[in-house]
Amino acid sequence: MNTIDRGGAWHPLIELALARLREFAREPEAVFWAFIFPILMSVTMALAFPGGGNKPAIVGVEPGEGAAAIRAALAREPGLTVRDIPAGGEARALREGDVHLLVVPGTPPAYRFDPARDESRVARLLVDAALKKAAGRSDPWSAREEPVQLPGSRYVDWLIPGIVGLSIMGTSMWGIGFAIVQARMRKLLKRLVASPMRKREYLIAQVAGRLVLLPPEAGAPLIFGVLVLGMPIQGSILSTCLVCLAGALAFGGIGLLLASRARTFEAISGLMNLSTVPMWVLSGVFFSASNFPQAMQPLIQALPLTALVNALRSTILEGAALQSVTRELAILSVWGLGSFALALRIFRWR
Amino acid sequence: MQSRVRSGHNRGDTLLMVGVSCTNLIKRYGDVVAVDRLSLRVSRGECFGLLGPNGAGKTTTIEILEGLLEPDAGEVEILGLTWKQHHRELRQRLGVQLQETQFADKLTVEETLRLFRSFYHRGRTLDELLRIVELESKRHSWVGKLSGGQKQRLAVACALAGDPDLLFLDEPTTGLDPQSRRQLWDLLSRFRQQGGTILLTTHYMDEAETLCDRVAIIDYGKVIAEGSPRELIATLGAPRVVTHHGTLEDVFVALTGRHLREE
Repeated sequence: MNTIDRGGAWHPLIELALARLREFAREPEAVFWAFIFPILMSVTMALAFPGGGNKPAIVGVEPGEGAAAIRAALAREPGLTVRDIPAGGEARALREGDVHLLVVPGTPPAYRFDPARDESRVARLLVDAALKKAAGRSDPWSAREEPVQLPGSRYVDWLIPGIVGLSIMGTSMWGIGFAIVQARMRKLLKRLVASPMRKREYLIAQVAGRLVLLPPEAGAPLIFGVLVLGMPIQGSILSTCLVCLAGALAFGGIGLLLASRARTFEAISGLMNLSTVPMWVLSGVFFSASNFPQAMQPLIQALPLTALVNALRSTILEGAALQSVTRELAILSVWGLGSFALALRIFRWR
Repeated sequence: MQSRVRSGHNRGDTLLMVGVSCTNLIKRYGDVVAVDRLSLRVSRGECFGLLGPNGAGKTTTIEILEGLLEPDAGEVEILGLTWKQHHRELRQRLGVQLQETQFADKLTVEETLRLFRSFYHRGRTLDELLRIVELESKRHSWVGKLSGGQKQRLAVACALAGDPDLLFLDEPTTGLDPQSRRQLWDLLSRFRQQGGTILLTTHYMDEAETLCDRVAIIDYGKVIAEGSPRELIATLGAPRVVTHHGTLEDVFVALTGRHLREE
C-alpha cells in the first residue's frame, strides 16, 4: 500500500523545474536578454576586432623644424599611418589612444609614447626603422616574411569562448538569483516549506530549469563565431557541450548560494556584482590572465570562470579531449557541489 | 464531494483524539514576548478559532503549530505526533494556508495546483480539487488575473491537495468581499462535514461565530477567554444582550476595554 498517488502530476522535481521554466518563458524581457545579450556582445567584439589584416600603427608628428620631412618618410612606410592632429592636441591624442606614438622633430628626433601599450612599442620600432632608413641607414639584409594565418589563432577566436563563459555565468547566476529572491519576497518559499516538498528538490529544480536555456545561451555566441567570424571549432561538439554543462551547474550552485539569504533585489544585485565583476577582470575573458602577478595566479586559477573559459578554449580552439581538462572540470564541480551543499544548509525559506 | 471515512490515519476513537495541543508555548522576538505561555487543545473534527487584534500573536502561534517556527519553550503535538519526530508524515497530513502567500502570477491555476499536488503521496485529483473550490472555469487562467476571492480559493485548494486531516488557515477571508467570504465559508463547512479538523485565525467576529465550534481570544500572546462563541457571548450577561444581539466583539471589549479592530 505504499504506492504514491500524485493525482496526475509528475514527480515534484519535474513539476518544480517546469514551473520555473514556464515563468521564465512567459517573461518576454527575460527571454530577450538571455538570447540577445551574448549575440550583441559577440557582434560588438567582431566590430572592435575585425578579423584578418594587420592594423597599422598610428603616429602623429608634432610641429617643428623638419616635421614635413619626417611626415613624408613615415608616410612611405607600409605599416604606418600618419594622423593629423590639431595643434595643441598632441598630448590628448596620445592619452586617448588616437595616436600610438608622437614624433617630436629635432636632431635627433624624440619619440613620445607609453611603453606599457603594446601598439605603442610596435609603433616605436616601425617609426625608428623608417626614420633611420630615410636618414641613410642601409639594411644588411631583408628577411623573407611568412605570414601565418592559423585558423583559431586570431584574438577574436580566443575571445569567443570567453564570451560563452561570461554568458553562462551571467544568465545562470542572475536568472536563478532573482527568481529565488522574488519567490521569497512573495512568501512563496514559506508556503512551499509548509508543504511536503523536499527542500533539496526545490534547489535542484531551480538549476535544472535553467539548463534548458543553456543551448541557446552558449550556442548563440558559438554559432555566431563560426558563421560570421569564421571561428573554427577544433574539438568535439560533445566535449564542448559537457564543459558548458559543467559550467552551468557550477554557476547555478553559486547562484543558489548567493540567493540563499537575500531578501531584496538590491541585496541580491549587490552580491551578484560583487562576485561576477572580479571574474570579468581576473578570469582572462578579454585579456590573458597571465598578465596578473604570479602571486595571484593560484587564486585566479581557482575561480570558476577561469576554469570554464580555459576548458572552453582548450576544447574549442585546441581540440583538447575531456581528459585534458579534468582539472578545470574538477574545479567547476567543487564550486557547484560546494555551493549547493552550503546553500541547502543556510537557505532562508521565510 | 463524496463523503469518505477518514480512517487511514485516525485509528481508534476519533472523537476524543487530539487534533492540536500545545502547552506553555513561549516565543520572544528580542524584548517582545509574542506568545506568552499559551496553551490550546483542539479535538479532531473540531473547528477552532484564534481570535484577536493584529499583533496579538495569532500568526506566531499558528506558525509554531504549523512547524514553521521554533518556539522558545513549550510542547506541541499535532494529530498525536511531534514535529521533531514526525516532520515528514505531518507535512503529508496537514493543509496550510498562510496569510501573505502570493503564488506565481504567470502560472495558471491548474499548473499551480498541479505543482502542489505533486508533493503529496495521496489525495484528490486536480479535477476534484478545482470542482471543490469552484475554479473549473478559471483552470487555464493566469493566477495574476484572478480576483482576491479566487486567489484565496486557490490557496485553499493547494492546502487541500493532499486530502489533509487538519487544515491551518491564517486569516482566510481578510480583504475579501462578502460574497467571496460566504463562498469560502461554505467550502470550509463541507470540509468539516467530512470529519476534517480546522484551526484558523481571524479578526472577524461573524466568521468565528459562523464557522467555529470553539474559539480562544488572544491578547498580548495570552489566551484571555476560551469557549464556544455562544458561551462567551453569554458571559456578557443580560443587559447588553437586550440592547442588541451580543457578539464576540462585545466579549473582547468587555475583557479588554478595547476594540478588536481599530476602525
